[in-house]
Amino acid sequence: MPTAAVKKNRPKYLSLRAILFEIRLPLPGWVSILHRVSGALLFASLVWLLFMLDRSLASEQDFAFVRHYLGLAPVKLALLVLIWAYCHHLCAGIRFLLLELQKGWEKEAARLSSIVVFVASLALTALFGAKLW
Amino acid sequence: MVNRIVVGAHYGWRDWLVQRVTAAVMALYSVILALVLLPGGPLTYEAWKALFARGWMRVATLLFAASLAWHAWIGVRDILMDYVKPTGVRLALQVLVILLLAGCLGWTAQILWGTP
Repeated sequence: MPTAAVKKNRPKYLSLRAILFEIRLPLPGWVSILHRVSGALLFASLVWLLFMLDRSLASEQDFAFVRHYLGLAPVKLALLVLIWAYCHHLCAGIRFLLLELQKGWEKEAARLSSIVVFVASLALTALFGAKLW
Repeated sequence: MVNRIVVGAHYGWRDWLVQRVTAAVMALYSVILALVLLPGGPLTYEAWKALFARGWMRVATLLFAASLAWHAWIGVRDILMDYVKPTGVRLALQVLVILLLAGCLGWTAQILWGTP
């Protein structure tokens, strides 16, 4: 039995300072917290998105208004963020489902699949962004 | 005495399953919509209108919206349970979330079937 183990300060309590500056989150951790952040963003934008769907189907003039509205820089930026949020939420969700099926549990595989999630969601965002504008 | 057994009761198991089933429904709808919209040139009003005039598209979109509302409810409830500790505030926020999601679902049905 190792008796010479270094005594650590336990228990360790989390502070905002620790969360922001001391703890380095591994990549799978970033996928996880961004899954939550993107989900919250999408929920918060639901009414706005429904408003645009409503207008786009209302009449020819309303459709033209939505098209013009989507061309405005702040709207474009906000929608691009939401497209990314949707793609990240989807890709990360698929990764979580695979993990639940016990696929990709090893450290290296989990790291690799995190990178795949980030790359795939950014690529999909670029694809849909290019299609929209 | 409260007759609840901690082990074997499966509290939360239904929500866990619902979260995954609704996610699969939304993923399927997203892929279909992307395959319909991505080929083809810039979208015109006529094509957009015609797409949502189809019966199967309306039903599929409503199923998507219902899945989204249920999925979002479980997700937002989990977030509220994690960060909002006072019971009264949390209950109030949860009720607001339910009302908002139910309202959005009704609005979606109106957009899909309402006559402009």
